Amino acid sequence: MKILVCITNVPDTTAKISFTDNDTKFNKAGVQYIIGPYDDYALARAVELKEKLGGTITVLNVGEAESDPQIRKALAIGADDAIRVNCDPQDSYFTAAQIAAIAKEGGYDLILMGRESIDFNSGVVHSLVGEMLGIPSFSPVMKLDIEGSTAKFAREIEGGKENLEASLPLVLGCQEPIAEWKIPNMRGIMTARTKPLKVVEPVAVDELATLDKYTLPAPKGACKMIPADQAETLISLLKTEAKVL
Amino acid sequence: MSILIFVELDNGSIKKTSLEAIAYGAEIAKVKGTTATVLAIGNAETSELASAGAYGASKVLHANAPELATENAMAYASVLAAAVQQEGAEVVILPKSGLCDSMGARAAAKLGASIVSGVTELPDLTDGFKVKRSIYTGKAFATVAVKGAIKILGIKKNAIEAIAGSGSAEVVGFSPALGSGDFVAKVISQEKASGELSLTEADIVVSGGRGMKGPEHWQPLLDLAQSLGAATGCSKPVSDLDWRPHHEHIGQTGIKVAPNLYIACGISGAIQHLAGVNSSKVIVAINKDPEAPFFKAADYGIVGDVFDILPRLTKAVKESK
Ligand SMILES: Cc1cc2nc3c(=O)[nH]c(=O)nc-3n(C[C@H](O)[C@H](O)[C@H](O)COP(=O)(O)OP(=O)(O)OC[C@H]3O[C@@H](n4cnc5c(N)ncnc54)[C@H](O)[C@@H]3O)c2cc1C
Ligand SMILES: Cc1cc2nc3c(=O)[nH]c(=O)nc-3n(C[C@H](O)[C@H](O)[C@H](O)COP(=O)(O)OP(=O)(O)OC[C@H]3O[C@@H](n4cnc5c(N)ncnc54)[C@H](O)[C@@H]3O)c2cc1C
Repeated sequence: MKILVCITNVPDTTAKISFTDNDTKFNKAGVQYIIGPYDDYALARAVELKEKLGGTITVLNVGEAESDPQIRKALAIGADDAIRVNCDPQDSYFTAAQIAAIAKEGGYDLILMGRESIDFNSGVVHSLVGEMLGIPSFSPVMKLDIEGSTAKFAREIEGGKENLEASLPLVLGCQEPIAEWKIPNMRGIMTARTKPLKVVEPVAVDELATLDKYTLPAPKGACKMIPADQAETLISLLKTEAKVL
Repeated sequence: MSILIFVELDNGSIKKTSLEAIAYGAEIAKVKGTTATVLAIGNAETSELASAGAYGASKVLHANAPELATENAMAYASVLAAAVQQEGAEVVILPKSGLCDSMGARAAAKLGASIVSGVTELPDLTDGFKVKRSIYTGKAFATVAVKGAIKILGIKKNAIEAIAGSGSAEVVGFSPALGSGDFVAKVISQEKASGELSLTEADIVVSGGRGMKGPEHWQPLLDLAQSLGAATGCSKPVSDLDWRPHHEHIGQTGIKVAPNLYIACGISGAIQHLAGVNSSKVIVAINKDPEAPFFKAADYGIVGDVFDILPRLTKAVKESK
């Protein structure tokens, strides 16, 4: 069983978002980076599947050298080796084309991703990669088991879930409760230092979308407090003032 | 050149977010001096589909092969790509949803098209084709120059107001060849809450956190939701604890909602929760702790005990009707 797990290097969920260089660059000062939370679920499930079925896990990131600490963390959690495509990805299609190029060479049985990145929130890279490789893709997957060459999995649908079966190879976009996030242990951290991390250059892709500038939402006005003993007035305020009822 | 809009159907009716997608596509068509065509997949009455005309569409392609009756992003992507080619569409609009992101992406890979998901406004066509999209889970926006010959946009709820005018669209059958490769997954079963309002479509959402104390105490919240015609949601710990089903989990790692009114009951307002609700028009927070962070993100706040406040609000709603 060969598993490829694709991880993003993203600002921590509590990071304060601001921009520099005339609002054309994300302000990285003081920002803590993490493995994308959904990607972390994918990785955790990959480690569990490997424990059960054997095989190898490769982690892949399309990003610059500053992703390396997160890649090392993924190796410490249980991946065997890593590949980083050395570039600053700014577009879903570009990112997917890089992942597809690596996947074509690797011949993976299972490609696990998060349901979406938490910086761009597109939720499209898994489906793009699936189509580029000519294999099925499913998202968001909340349960996954492998029996022989068949994946048995559950996908969240509006208002519920759907249980599915399909033959490998597959691309899956994962979310909880597929597994619990894993914390690396001391042994993992020690061995991660010597696990191979291969850095490769990107393949050429037509430029389909580029970033112009960033903006922040308008600041929220003050909250109007209603005394608890007059709670009922909220309903009339929502009607006449906010006009949402 | 034309504009193609994919609409999602819910029991044969065009969803509200899809009506917004039609209005969005029709507006671009107007500026570009071309027509807006709708693609609908699955069962629906012709009269319902023709109503897309009231939002600016001139034609509806209706793909209704039996194999397409259940949602299948891969098959739907093939149908979408075929429609793009038949119509010579250069701009493709989809409402943002899990299905649409997946099918839009697979269609983009088939067509070599640009794909931008999470668009919040009409495009700026004065200098190329630029769109504003939501990033960092609603905490910022990016303006993106879209450069592909074919552009696929996933638009967020409230990107435009859908106002019904007059007019009726011509509905024509659409039956592209379907490849077996799109039907490789076997659906074993579906577990779907029936008769529940969709969280992402709802105009009002009433949501509960750990302050609701336990699943057996949810009734006051459900009562308020029912009186308002609202969908119900919850915080992550609440679904982690199995107090409420997972598909109600709202936030950074759950569903992102954008209703007109979001009422948070006993939710502290952690940044990861706010990430899923910050696109709401009006936010109400009810919390017994005056220091709860939710009050900083809310428009209206009540410091009080949910078990006292909620029944009184329900009563006030009923009396105001
Ligand atoms: C200005 C800017 C700077 C950026 N800098 C970096 C950076 O330094 N390092 C970096 O890693 N990324 C960087 N990114 C890329 C960003 O994190 C996303 O990976 C990329 O934009 C795709 O986003 P998406 O919303 O389309 O992904 P989605 O479609 O939402 O992602 C779905 C899944 O695809 C996989 N995936 C997505 N992107 C990648 C990726 N880049 N590598 C591996 N797997 C991926 C993940 O499993 C993810 O959960 C940057 C983006 C921008 C705009
Ligand atoms: C990577 C990551 C992703 C996350 N994603 C999400 C996410 O998607 N969604 C999400 O919700 N969380 C998410 N979280 C968790 C988040 O940080 C918070 O822990 C969570 O939102 C807290 O839930 P809560 O407000 O229900 O509970 P608590 O923080 O325990 O708050 C309960 C609140 O109820 C109030 N209260 C108690 N009793 C009453 C009463 N009788 N009447 C009125 N008020 C009362 C309390 O004052 C308190 O403010 C994430 C965390 C991480 C690290």
